[in-house]
Amino acid sequence: MNVIVCVKRVPDTETRIRVDDSGNEIDPSGVKFIISPYDEFAVEAGLRAKEAAGDGTVHLVSFGDAAAQETLRSGLAMGADGATLLVGEPTVDGLATAKVLANELEGADAPLILFGVKAADDDQQQVGPMVATLLGRPCVTGVTSFEVQDGKAVCHREVEGGSEVVEVDLPAALTITKGAYEPRYASLKGIMAAKKKPLEQKDAAAADPQLRVVRLTEPAPRSAGRIVGEGPDAVPELVRLLREEANAL
Amino acid sequence: MADVLAFAEQRDGQIGGSAREAVSAAARLAGSLEGAAHALVLGAPGISEQGGDLGRFGAEVVHVGEHEALEGYNPEAYAAVVAERVREGGYHAVIFPATTLGKDLAPRVAASLDVPLAADVTGLEAEGGKISIVRPVYSGKAFAHLEAETTPVLVSIRPNVFHAAELNAAGAVETFTPEVDPQALRVRVLERKGAGDGQLDVSEAAIIVSGGRGMKDPENWGLLEGLRDAIGSGAALGASRAVVDAGWRPHGEQVGQTGKTVAPKLYFAVGISGAIQHLAGMRTSQTIVAINKDADAPIFGVADYGIVGDLFDVLPRLTEEISALKSGD
Repeated sequence: MNVIVCVKRVPDTETRIRVDDSGNEIDPSGVKFIISPYDEFAVEAGLRAKEAAGDGTVHLVSFGDAAAQETLRSGLAMGADGATLLVGEPTVDGLATAKVLANELEGADAPLILFGVKAADDDQQQVGPMVATLLGRPCVTGVTSFEVQDGKAVCHREVEGGSEVVEVDLPAALTITKGAYEPRYASLKGIMAAKKKPLEQKDAAAADPQLRVVRLTEPAPRSAGRIVGEGPDAVPELVRLLREEANAL
Repeated sequence: MADVLAFAEQRDGQIGGSAREAVSAAARLAGSLEGAAHALVLGAPGISEQGGDLGRFGAEVVHVGEHEALEGYNPEAYAAVVAERVREGGYHAVIFPATTLGKDLAPRVAASLDVPLAADVTGLEAEGGKISIVRPVYSGKAFAHLEAETTPVLVSIRPNVFHAAELNAAGAVETFTPEVDPQALRVRVLERKGAGDGQLDVSEAAIIVSGGRGMKDPENWGLLEGLRDAIGSGAALGASRAVVDAGWRPHGEQVGQTGKTVAPKLYFAVGISGAIQHLAGMRTSQTIVAINKDADAPIFGVADYGIVGDLFDVLPRLTEEISALKSGD
């Protein structure tokens, strides 16, 4: 079972974000970058699908700047077999990104293309289903676990207030969320082996984005409110404030 | 002509709050663009009976596509019908709800129409025919102000941000029968579970009662459920990443950068210290209440009201006071 997993390099979710002087980009100084956490679930899901099938490869693809090599190496250290870095600059226009990926993945010999359900930076949840649409593949989003059998994948996904079991014909694209795929740690052996695994790099300029960031702003700081009091005796006053001042109850 | 289409979601045959919010947002935008707001509902035969309700929220025309195969959401069937209607209608903008369904559907429609999508937007206005969009990035650590170069402009709107406003209006309901071949669908929903406990999802709740590590044990969640139930309809439970990672609560309840970003009217953070990625996910709540025994916890830095104390003493009292308040209503 060949699996392709698309991954993105994003700022660490624990990092502070500041807008730079230009006013439309973030200031990268002091920002640590990681593989998007949802993409890490997708890599884990891909490795398990390959292991369950007993054959095939897991190949990683990323669209990003040269530093995304590091992101791909971390996936190779988890156990992926090879990687392709499409060098370019992803923007807020997810369709432009999807076109770059679809161009690379057209005709790919892989029954499964996996994505994280969303990138932890732009958080748009769109590139996976867009790539699938462009490639003409069926797609299931927000998958917490799946099993492959008889040319189909049976997927579990969360919806508001419940869950669904969805069957999809292969070849397909799935977007993976937190669920069954707690990512494995890369072993020292895996990290050493990753250095020797093939990582192809090619230029892949995206078309001009049709959605533009005019400016980035930081959220208005929330002024710290007040401590109403200590312990249960403060509760009646809290309830009064919520009702009369905040109009929230 | 600069008409705006709202995709009005029905769930289990009911047109709900997310649909009204989308229609209201479309009506406001259409007003600024000097066009009309339309709504599109897909569902099983008979769903058109509820279509008139959307007229009261500003849809001049409510297009209702009825087909047995559209009773529940099927991504391929829905995407094909919606893309077709958008193409035919010549809309200037299309608004989806950023619910699970909307987030699944909108990108497919966008790719079919070859136009970009701004997802989960929190600001949408038009001036001089130009649409300006605001959406959070890095889970609300920053906001991106966007402009689209093409039409139709596709957006999905974050639940609870665009308020549904009932107008003194009525819309025309136009029913059509889309062509759907159930045999050709490559994605099939085999089973829908849950919705059974009838609980609201955290992303759609007007009031959220969230618990963190300070709850000490998953057994203690009864206290939070008690508060949620005392508040009544519109309230849902949330959780911090720490307790989801510990396996105490399902991921569906997680609030924060690797969970859901929420914007309720009222957010109770109980026993949550306030890690940066949690704050990112809830800081746009209208009113935040923190209950924590550590007076130095970062959560107090964003809370409007705080109580410093042992949550095991404070919660029962809070539940009692709110119950009393509600029964007095």
